[in-house]
Amino acid sequence: MAALSRVVEQRAVVYRRTFRSSAFSSFVSPVLFLTAMGLGLGGYVNRGGATALGGLSYLEFLAPGLLVATVMQAAAFEATFPIIGGLNWQRTFHAMYATPLSPRDIALGNLAWIAVRMAMIATVFTAVIVLFGAAHSPLVVLGIPVAVLTGMAFAAPIAAFSSTQRTPNRFNVIFRFGITPLFLFSGTFFPIESLPAPLQAVAWLSPLWHGVDLGRGVVLGTIGDQPLVMLAHLVVLSAIVVVGSWATSRLIEKRLVRG
Amino acid sequence: MQEEPTAPEPALIRARGLTKRFGSFVAVDAIDFDVAPGEAFGFLGPNGAGKTSTMRMIGAVSPVSDGDLTVLGLDPRTQGPAIRARLGVVPQQDTLDTELTVRENLVLYGRYFGMSRDECNRRADELLDFAQLTERQNDEVEPLSGGMKRRLTIARALINQPDLLLLDEPTTGLDPQARHLLWDRLYRLKQRGVTLVLTTHYMDEAEQLCDRLVVMDKAKIVAEGSPRELIERYSTREVTELRFAPDVQDRLDGKLDGLAERIERLADRVLLYADDGEAVAVAAHERGLEPETVLVRRSTLEDVFLRLTGRSLIE
Repeated sequence: MAALSRVVEQRAVVYRRTFRSSAFSSFVSPVLFLTAMGLGLGGYVNRGGATALGGLSYLEFLAPGLLVATVMQAAAFEATFPIIGGLNWQRTFHAMYATPLSPRDIALGNLAWIAVRMAMIATVFTAVIVLFGAAHSPLVVLGIPVAVLTGMAFAAPIAAFSSTQRTPNRFNVIFRFGITPLFLFSGTFFPIESLPAPLQAVAWLSPLWHGVDLGRGVVLGTIGDQPLVMLAHLVVLSAIVVVGSWATSRLIEKRLVRG
Repeated sequence: MQEEPTAPEPALIRARGLTKRFGSFVAVDAIDFDVAPGEAFGFLGPNGAGKTSTMRMIGAVSPVSDGDLTVLGLDPRTQGPAIRARLGVVPQQDTLDTELTVRENLVLYGRYFGMSRDECNRRADELLDFAQLTERQNDEVEPLSGGMKRRLTIARALINQPDLLLLDEPTTGLDPQARHLLWDRLYRLKQRGVTLVLTTHYMDEAEQLCDRLVVMDKAKIVAEGSPRELIERYSTREVTELRFAPDVQDRLDGKLDGLAERIERLADRVLLYADDGEAVAVAAHERGLEPETVLVRRSTLEDVFLRLTGRSLIE
């Protein structure tokens, strides 16, 4: 643990030098989205009556899903460029490996740092939700751990993939054919029941849908309605994090040993 | 410790039959060597000779394929982190944190060794002074010159007061002035008793820094000794270099015979090995040879390498 925390410390020191721009965007992005989708689009949606979303305003429906989806996007980014940078560009992971730190410390330390970043982004996002009056109840804060868990369910396997890459060329594929469609079709903006049946099945496979549904459940306090489904979400997401972290450790070790 | 007082000082590094394979490719082929405490030990050889693979095994970051290796009395197979805790490593390629300042690079690196922040800062002050980087301590790394980055890398490698400093091609890519500055710093470390192990394909670097070296070629050690011993054993005291126009050199056959103990023909010049180079130059002139330039110089490790392998160090 102590060794791992030194890797987190390194990432934090690097972050301190650049946080101004990213802190601003992690505030501005939810403001823009909640304004455009929540208030603008939501204004029309709400005219159809509150029954479609089970008595919720569109903003209340959207906010927890958008929180989780936004953290997913940030997590995917954090698991790509910083990883190949450390292995191939600045080679800081090689520098760390020349010290008593193990490849596992390096891998898990970087993932731990991503979790810290996701918690920061989710906290800012949640504050914006509250500012917009879109918080259904104080349970809104429970969206933060769910968003972090979902973010890590993306970050861990993507970091494993990044550990095998020497250039960012294939990252476009992840974002274009993975992250962006999931962002749109995982129940963030509308219930997946609105999708044609085959696409609904695809949504169930999406880790983001598990996160969005769980996030909505804990934030809106409806978790008791379907306890087994919620438990399943938790298990699926946790399992992806564990397997992804293990794979990241192994692949980073392989890469560092090769030189 | 348990040793008897009369026992010789144990080697810091001991390798027997040390081998590194990548699949079917043999990068290091059963080499033997010892490095004693306080000495500056070099691996001299061309690119691809197996020097870096050897260094990475010593550094406990690349598993030994075969043979025995002990570093600081420990086994890299099972005690990697404990070995790395007592090493300083200057890799061939810079691994500095370019987004951070010079000082932050030093302090964070100390943290990887588990040193306290206060201790890291104290060491950083000393090392900034040693590396002549105190004035640049709050600058980011990226705009620094190549020589400054190397000095910072060496300073960083010293943060944990290592028992052994490993330097892989420490001055490759630097201009002559930066190299001399770096050699001066390494020489000071040597004076302080720090054990240095370095690889190089520059014979002048090996001569400047190494008390003892092994010459590596094609994954094997082909000779071992101090620079002076190697030159005495494998070369003559002096060398006369004759440079001819290319077509003239091709038609020389026979005309040089007997002028020197040994003759090497390179693409652009002929090397005549003898203890008295001036006498060779005079004799060549008397034979009516008309080289474009004549240079008499002392033998170097480059000549040793040429003798041992038939090739130049830098190709």
